[in-house]
Amino acid sequence: MPAEVSVGPEAVGGFSDLDRRGWDWYADKAVAVLVFVGGISAIVFIIGIFVFITKEGLGFIATLDVPEFFGSPNWRPTSERNPTYGILALMAGTASVTGLAMVVSVPFSLGAAIFIGEFATGRLRETLKVLVEMLAAIPSVVWGFIGLSIMNPLIIDIFNVPVGLSVLNSGIILGLMAAPIMTTIAEDALKAVPDSYREAAEAMGATRWQVIWRVVLPASKNGLMAAILLGVGRGFGETMAVLMASGHAINIPTSPFDSVRALTATIAAELGDTAVGSDHYEALFTLGILLFAVTFVINLTADLVVKGVRKG
Amino acid sequence: MFTQTALDQRNKQVEWLFRALFLMMTILLIVPVVLILSVLIYKGGPTLSWAFLTTIPTDGMTAGGIFPALIGTVWLVAVALIASVPVGVAAAVYLSEYAPDNWLTRVINLAIINLAGVPSIVHALFGLGAFVTFARFGTSILAASLTLAVMTLPVVIVSTRESLQAVPQAFREACWNMGATRWQTIKKIVLPNSISGILTGVILEVSRTAGETAPVMFTGAAFFLPFLPQSVFDQTMAMSLHLFVISTQVPGVPENLPYGVALVLIGMVLIMNALSIGFRVYLRGKKKW
Repeated sequence: MPAEVSVGPEAVGGFSDLDRRGWDWYADKAVAVLVFVGGISAIVFIIGIFVFITKEGLGFIATLDVPEFFGSPNWRPTSERNPTYGILALMAGTASVTGLAMVVSVPFSLGAAIFIGEFATGRLRETLKVLVEMLAAIPSVVWGFIGLSIMNPLIIDIFNVPVGLSVLNSGIILGLMAAPIMTTIAEDALKAVPDSYREAAEAMGATRWQVIWRVVLPASKNGLMAAILLGVGRGFGETMAVLMASGHAINIPTSPFDSVRALTATIAAELGDTAVGSDHYEALFTLGILLFAVTFVINLTADLVVKGVRKG
Repeated sequence: MFTQTALDQRNKQVEWLFRALFLMMTILLIVPVVLILSVLIYKGGPTLSWAFLTTIPTDGMTAGGIFPALIGTVWLVAVALIASVPVGVAAAVYLSEYAPDNWLTRVINLAIINLAGVPSIVHALFGLGAFVTFARFGTSILAASLTLAVMTLPVVIVSTRESLQAVPQAFREACWNMGATRWQTIKKIVLPNSISGILTGVILEVSRTAGETAPVMFTGAAFFLPFLPQSVFDQTMAMSLHLFVISTQVPGVPENLPYGVALVLIGMVLIMNALSIGFRVYLRGKKKW
């Protein structure tokens, strides 16, 4: 009724009629607050993780002999007379296994990403993507079991070595585990290259391989770097598979057939036997802080590298 | 008119070569998995039976079934879902429907990426410090499930955000123009149109949660318990830890037993995954916009 609209608010009962803060208004505000709380939950948890593992490890860090901690290969936390906490051998174990895993998985993942993203089409492409996704779904404890009971005898037979639980074994397992995530992210990076780039190159008479090599790969190199970094992070933080397939012996490896022990696996194997608040317990949390810090830096770097591609 | 020069021919050969090379790499990535699955089925298959799934382990876990571990995993996954899905969906709704493009949103996104990248054993340490010790839940299903919930939160957030963003902006604008509030629009338009996508993500989370070992090792999963949990404050066995225990910690386990456990575990995970993927493909075919 237009006639009433022209009448001022006083005439229709004051401003309260224009106040539309009914149930729906309050519900809307309440939900806005609720989802905001949900939204910042990820930040809360990241800070929570940092605070809690630091809190438990603090007592150890305060008395930490830094050069010995990083420089000594002797990890003997359970020695009664003179427990030593040197993580050099553990770091060497993690580094060698992760390194071999990357040697195995980087070329294969990038190759698979290029094939799936640039060569394969239609049904073949969808099938391959699904298979890669399935590969990513296999739980790490199953991978560890595979290393222990399938790869172990295989390596002993093929290379004629006494022990099959080694850098080689866990490196291959870890490579297969890291490959799907790297393939998926690398393929996303290839997909992010605009089609107009490809069309322009093709219009100049370039073959498909020339397009990939000269146009697509240079344009997506930051995304591919990020994919590799995230793969490294994945391998670095993997626990159960490394625990089961690496042999779990404290050792600075000199050949791929040596057994090693990783930082993550040390925590998993020893935490159950320590008394809460003991030096050993706190030392394991200190390893956790180290792991947290390194993966944080890796993820941050990967994020910055990807951002770089968007700006540039 | 277009005669092939020697250069053209060489280019073709190079292209064919690389195509074959990359195809081979892709196949080499997938073949080991097929082989592994075949070995698991070949060696673990004979162990599987109804009795294997429904009886408790006996003789120091060298015989009998996996019933308590199976039920324990169901408990762990269920409680983890109850905790993480509401928070994850709320976070996704915030990021997709409310968040302005500012520093806070960038920090949230960074936190999500980092949460997904934190090693599982660090999540275990966090669960031990925060839920078992600080919140005094003790080693219990509750503590283990909350640890799993924090760990898989990024899966829910990312997949839900994607399916919310797939709802066309015009749907929202049409609803706002009718005078609906933001929440009414989300409730009546955005969520109903993306619910199946959200479900796909939840199924994927189930498959992740079921296979995790390290986060539950010190927070709630027990090596051996011959009975079923009665409440969330009890400890429980879990499939993943059970596989670890009988393949590394218990002497004299017959060879086929761990293969059977591994087969059931991987079967659970892959079926959930296949369900999630199938659901997604079906949805893509059904989508009208």
